[in-house]
Amino acid sequence: MKNEGEGSERPDNTAFTQQRLPAWQPILSAGIVIPGFLIIGLAFIGIGIGLFLTSQTIQVWEIDYTGVEKDSPCVRCTIQSSQNCTCDVTFSLSELFTGPVFFYYGLSNYYQNFRKYGVSKDYYQLTGDTQYFKSPQDVCSPYKYDSQNNPIVPCGAIANSMFNDTFELYQIINGTTKKQVPLDGKGISWWTDYNIKYRNPSSVNGSFANAFEGTVKPINWPKAVYELDPVDQNNNGFLNQDFLVWMRRSALPQFRKLYRRITEGDYAAGLPAGNYSLTVHYNYPVLSFDGRKKVVFSNVSWMGGKNDFLGIAYLVVGSLCVVMSVVMLIVYAKFKFSDDDDA
Amino acid sequence: MSFFGLDCMRKKEKEVERKIRANDREYNSSFRYATNSIKTSKYNPFTFLPLNLFEQFQRIANAYFLFLLILQVIPAISSLSWFTTVVPLVFVLSVTAAKDAIDDINRHRSDRKVNNRKVNVLINGKLISEKWMNVQVGDIIKLENNQFVTADLFLLSSSEPLNLVYIETAELDGETNLKVKQALTVTGDMGDNLEALAAFNGEVCCEPPNNRLDRFTGTLTFDTQKYSLDNERVLLRGCTLRNTDWCFGLVLFAGPETKLMQNCGKSTFKRTSIDRLMNVLVLFIFGLLALMCIILAVGNGIWENHAGSKFKAFLPREEKSTALSAFLTFWSYIIILNTVVPISLYVSMEVIRLGNSYYINWDRSMYHARTDTPAEARTTTLNEELGQIKYIFSDKTGTLTQNIMTFNKCSINGKSYGDVIDNSGQRLEITEEMTPVDFSFNRLADPKFLFYDHSLVEAVKLELPDVHAFFRLLALCHTVMAEEKKEGHLVYQAQSPDEGALVTAARNFGFVFRSRSPETVTIEEMGIQRSYELLAILDFNNVRKRMSVIVRNPEGKLTLYCKGADTIVYERLHPSCSELMKVTTEHLNEFAGEGLRTLVLAYKDLDEEYFAEWKQRHHESSVALEDREEKLEKLYEEIEKDMMLIGATSIEDKLQDGVAQTIEQLAKAEIKIWVLTGDKQETAENIGYSCNLLREEMNDVFIVAANSPEEVRQELRDARLKICPETEQDKLLIPEFILGNTPKVVQDENVNGEYGLVINGHSLAYALESNMELEFLRTACMCKTVICCRVTPLQKAQVVELVKKYKKAVTLAIGDGANDVSMIKAAHIGVGISGQEGMQAVLSSDFSFAQFRFLQRLLLVHGRWSYLRMCKFLRYFFYKNFTFTFVHFWYAFFCGFSAQTVYDEGFITLYNLVYTALPVLGMSLFDQDVSDRWSLEYPQLYVPGQLSQYFSKRAFMMCALHSCYSSLVLFFVPYAATYDTARDDGKDGADYQSFALITQTCLTVAVCVQLVLDLSYWTVVNHLFVWGSLGMFFILTFTMYTDGLFRLRPSSFAFIGTARNCLNQPNVWLTVALTALLCVLPVFAYRFFCSQISPTINEKVRYKVRPMKEPAPRPRRTRLTRRSTRRSGYAFSHAHGYGDLVTSGRFLRRHTPVRSMGLIPTGRSPGFKPTGRSAGYSPVGREQNPKQKVEPTSLQMFRAVKDSSF
Repeated sequence: MKNEGEGSERPDNTAFTQQRLPAWQPILSAGIVIPGFLIIGLAFIGIGIGLFLTSQTIQVWEIDYTGVEKDSPCVRCTIQSSQNCTCDVTFSLSELFTGPVFFYYGLSNYYQNFRKYGVSKDYYQLTGDTQYFKSPQDVCSPYKYDSQNNPIVPCGAIANSMFNDTFELYQIINGTTKKQVPLDGKGISWWTDYNIKYRNPSSVNGSFANAFEGTVKPINWPKAVYELDPVDQNNNGFLNQDFLVWMRRSALPQFRKLYRRITEGDYAAGLPAGNYSLTVHYNYPVLSFDGRKKVVFSNVSWMGGKNDFLGIAYLVVGSLCVVMSVVMLIVYAKFKFSDDDDA
Repeated sequence: MSFFGLDCMRKKEKEVERKIRANDREYNSSFRYATNSIKTSKYNPFTFLPLNLFEQFQRIANAYFLFLLILQVIPAISSLSWFTTVVPLVFVLSVTAAKDAIDDINRHRSDRKVNNRKVNVLINGKLISEKWMNVQVGDIIKLENNQFVTADLFLLSSSEPLNLVYIETAELDGETNLKVKQALTVTGDMGDNLEALAAFNGEVCCEPPNNRLDRFTGTLTFDTQKYSLDNERVLLRGCTLRNTDWCFGLVLFAGPETKLMQNCGKSTFKRTSIDRLMNVLVLFIFGLLALMCIILAVGNGIWENHAGSKFKAFLPREEKSTALSAFLTFWSYIIILNTVVPISLYVSMEVIRLGNSYYINWDRSMYHARTDTPAEARTTTLNEELGQIKYIFSDKTGTLTQNIMTFNKCSINGKSYGDVIDNSGQRLEITEEMTPVDFSFNRLADPKFLFYDHSLVEAVKLELPDVHAFFRLLALCHTVMAEEKKEGHLVYQAQSPDEGALVTAARNFGFVFRSRSPETVTIEEMGIQRSYELLAILDFNNVRKRMSVIVRNPEGKLTLYCKGADTIVYERLHPSCSELMKVTTEHLNEFAGEGLRTLVLAYKDLDEEYFAEWKQRHHESSVALEDREEKLEKLYEEIEKDMMLIGATSIEDKLQDGVAQTIEQLAKAEIKIWVLTGDKQETAENIGYSCNLLREEMNDVFIVAANSPEEVRQELRDARLKICPETEQDKLLIPEFILGNTPKVVQDENVNGEYGLVINGHSLAYALESNMELEFLRTACMCKTVICCRVTPLQKAQVVELVKKYKKAVTLAIGDGANDVSMIKAAHIGVGISGQEGMQAVLSSDFSFAQFRFLQRLLLVHGRWSYLRMCKFLRYFFYKNFTFTFVHFWYAFFCGFSAQTVYDEGFITLYNLVYTALPVLGMSLFDQDVSDRWSLEYPQLYVPGQLSQYFSKRAFMMCALHSCYSSLVLFFVPYAATYDTARDDGKDGADYQSFALITQTCLTVAVCVQLVLDLSYWTVVNHLFVWGSLGMFFILTFTMYTDGLFRLRPSSFAFIGTARNCLNQPNVWLTVALTALLCVLPVFAYRFFCSQISPTINEKVRYKVRPMKEPAPRPRRTRLTRRSTRRSGYAFSHAHGYGDLVTSGRFLRRHTPVRSMGLIPTGRSPGFKPTGRSAGYSPVGREQNPKQKVEPTSLQMFRAVKDSSF
């Protein structure tokens, strides 16, 4: 069918159909690129300096207590037969370790990021779903049932391998007196883990332990999950802070996990200079896989813990940008094609 | 013929012979012949789902993902949840299925339309209107004028005398001229006597269904008599009945068994060169994937040996041996790294092509208002190929030219007419606005004839004798037939449109040719009817290049009128004309320079005795048994000498609008244009000049017109040596193996200067033989322009195939007629000119539009953009997917090769589908480096596409390297930034979930910034897509990590709280910024340096046009005039005339004016309507022997008439 005048098949005249939408058309011209690089470079250098200086102010003190070296105080605990072994690591601080001080334990060559390890837990159990206490999910295998075919709660490899070294820190005053440094274990896990992700089962007949009726503790554990903190019910069961921290598995085979904070009493301002003794209850075997254990004291800044990388990286990238902008300027002056061609 | 027993078994029921008894459905149905319903659709509602899925899974990519899915449900291997594969796969499958469904619904619709056409069928002695699909073999059906032939019919009888029918076979073989078929007398006698027809019980025994259009053998047994049947008695489906009131036919083959349907072989599925490259790349990617997985599996084995085996206290693993562990790891990593083979790639490519096809459909600049035809992308999968065209093969008639001949100028007795000259003596260009000459004084004038020079009509009115002689000659010396249906309403039927134009010109200037009989020509000279006695026609042929008539005027004076090629006629002029010759030559040069076709007119008065004597000799010669041709030739030579020059005519073979400019533009874009035409050499050459294909400035134009293979070879070789003397024989045949299917690729050879090549049909037939094709190709490819004349449809395809075979170049064929179908199908891209009457070319084309000039926009704008967009898309798409995937590879070295993913599974599922899909899609739908006007202004921008510079294996490797770098940055920067570090609240910051979130944020931001850098055309939509997708990433990330979703399904949304706990850390953002810039800045710098040191053409143009808004409208081109060298403008689309027919008078005996000619003008456009294409080419029937001398098809009908009268 043909109409007179305007054809019926005539396409619509819109900016979209005619591909004439107004558009911003940026172009890699020297006028933008060279100053751009310069500005980015200067900004990066600025940020880099800030980061680097900040990182320098952070104090970190770490000791490997694995007991590999012969002179290490914990050597004796590495012997297989030793039970409930305790060793003391002494150290001295030459200046005030500004508070709040964070107390980490660190493991290396430890593959918490191994896929099968990582999936080996039952989210339903951990949300307090008692239905899964009787029959844990398959992913927990082989830590699903013990040898008597009793279901394990919490099941799976992550829970089973929970770090169980404990530490006590003493300041040695006048060479002899040991003053215990109070360690704060509250709130060291993520708020969401504590409040949402992990839930304890509700007590049965007024007893928390009864909720775990018919289950057994993980094979490696000395005590059941409902006995993790007999004192503080809010820190017991799946909501135990140490347990929560452990369950948040690390991304890399070398990692630190927060153990305690030093925020109380005389140490609220930090650890004063002096001698200290760290008592390690050495339970966790790592030598079989060439692992290392260490404790780390650190304080933090606005940018988190000590990390020189970011500062240096920013400085390097920033400098490269500045250098590059100069090179570009030279190249531009030499070739200057956009000007030539305009003529 | 089958050589395999098995095959024979299966085809046991194959027909050997077809037996049909007329009017006996019962008998015929026992053979179970196909009915007349056709089915081109693939699915029905029930079979759609299984069939479509089956088809889709035949695609390697889909099958691959199905395979992955299976891997993922194996617990020992599964490293990712099943939904990461299922969600994209289902999405992809449903998009494709929806598209297939729509396509099939359309096919159903068109099938239904054809099947439901009505036709009259003779059933039980009555004519009943039936649907086509209900017609059965053996039925007798009645066709009426202008109806499509329902099925392959055996013609029984017709309304026309001698049982003739006229059919148009354009749909079948592309010939628009009418053909004649004739029924047997024994059946023809039944006429339209229904009783007789109903009683007709003839038995036909014929060949089984086949696809040969030109052959039919069979016998009719009727009344115990046997008659042999051949092609002359058969009407094929697809033809149209013309000029025949009715005819009856017996159905021989129906529906799928008709020759038309048998010929509609599966149309070859065209793929773009990018598709082919992609296939190679996908193989490469599979190799890369396998390599990575092997490395990781080996790594796993080593790790298990060294570290893993000792770690079992905390990490229990069931695998007993490291080998098994490594094996399982291999498959696990196959799952994880599967994103290197991009599933959404194919879907996205389809979407992009579809979008770009719509742009073509929507483009108002390619809409032709006069015919109300928009451009149409009929294939939506070939767009980017449009940006890579290197060779264009064009038809001439109807594509380059309008097939309208107009009488434009003339030179009479040394005075040139036709130009409009203003007061200052300046020649004006003729435009539509000018007032044409008013021919109202002449009641017989053709109103469509336009002429602008008023002085000529004045001259006629002044009765200048030369002018009168000029037009009298035009009115007398021709072989045109006139029809006068109504008094004063003349329709001319000319064997060539040129003649028609000349006679029409004479008619308008008052010398009206009214009618002819074998012995007389009646014309009306300035209102006075005069009858000339026609004594002889010395007809046209290719050697003579002239025709003469000898007439006796009413006063009894004998005159020979001659028109012909200037070179020929000049030799035969009387010496006294030399003065006039000089002036006329000047005019001829002028006409030729403008690309007009010229003829020189001359006359000679004869005296009675001489003529009587000559006539006698002529008669003797014409009955001579030997050397008749030569003897006649001599006689003609003898009488056609010492002629007096009258003047010259010039005819414009009207080009389509803008052809010359388009060709110039395309030439600037380094596209080579080959014209493949059925026309004669002179005509084609002339058109070559007038549309700028051949230029006077060219160093040389070679003409290959030899008659033996050796000569052709020699001429080709000479030409090549002349172009480039130092070409060695076989140096350039560098063998190149491309997946083993192209044995040799002929490299482009450097040529200084511009050359043209014209080759005629005979020579082409030799040149296309396998031992000479390379010679031909090499010579032809060194020329800017190649014109092949007198080419058959098959040869057109052969030429295209030849170039496809030896040149690594993309070809495009453009044509309007059915004779172009073969070449349209053969070329990478076929373009049909729509809006004309024949739709066959359009139907088999990939793109169609109304005018040749739209080609420049299709290629230089749409094609270039499509290619650019597709390449940008591919580069970016590979980049983002590789980067995404390689991070896993690096992480493997830190997680014990345990197939632990770096990212959250939700992110893996949504990355390609949601976070990065739209920005890149937006880029590939909207991006343009420079606007359309600038694209046309700088056709050089097209060149990178021809060289595949935007996306190649090299570009792909660059992408992979770039990704490799980016992934290193994206893994190791977060690694270093979180290594042994703490958050600002003292909690450790390097837990797996935080690390995953940091990496995926870095990745998303980095690829987004990369896109920002790539995007050169930021429309609102792009802003929306880019920022929207980035926003979507954060929104969805926060949503997926919310408490609510976790409570719904703890195991799937285990990342609860990660977003808020992690993204509030300043160093996370510093890490993100650092990675993004580190990923992008080197690219930025690299591109800047490239653009400074060796800028590409695109960059040059972009810089150049940046300060300018839009290009100034181009100055209207004045007509190109070239007067440098003398070139004969003689061209006449005239094959051997039908002079003998005119004089023999056989067909004129059937004098009934209308139908005696059997022609209703079926021409292409208003104006003079020729009946056939201007020149003959061999009909399809002669395909098997292309060397045979071709004959003009227009003659066939006359021959048929002639033969039938015996």
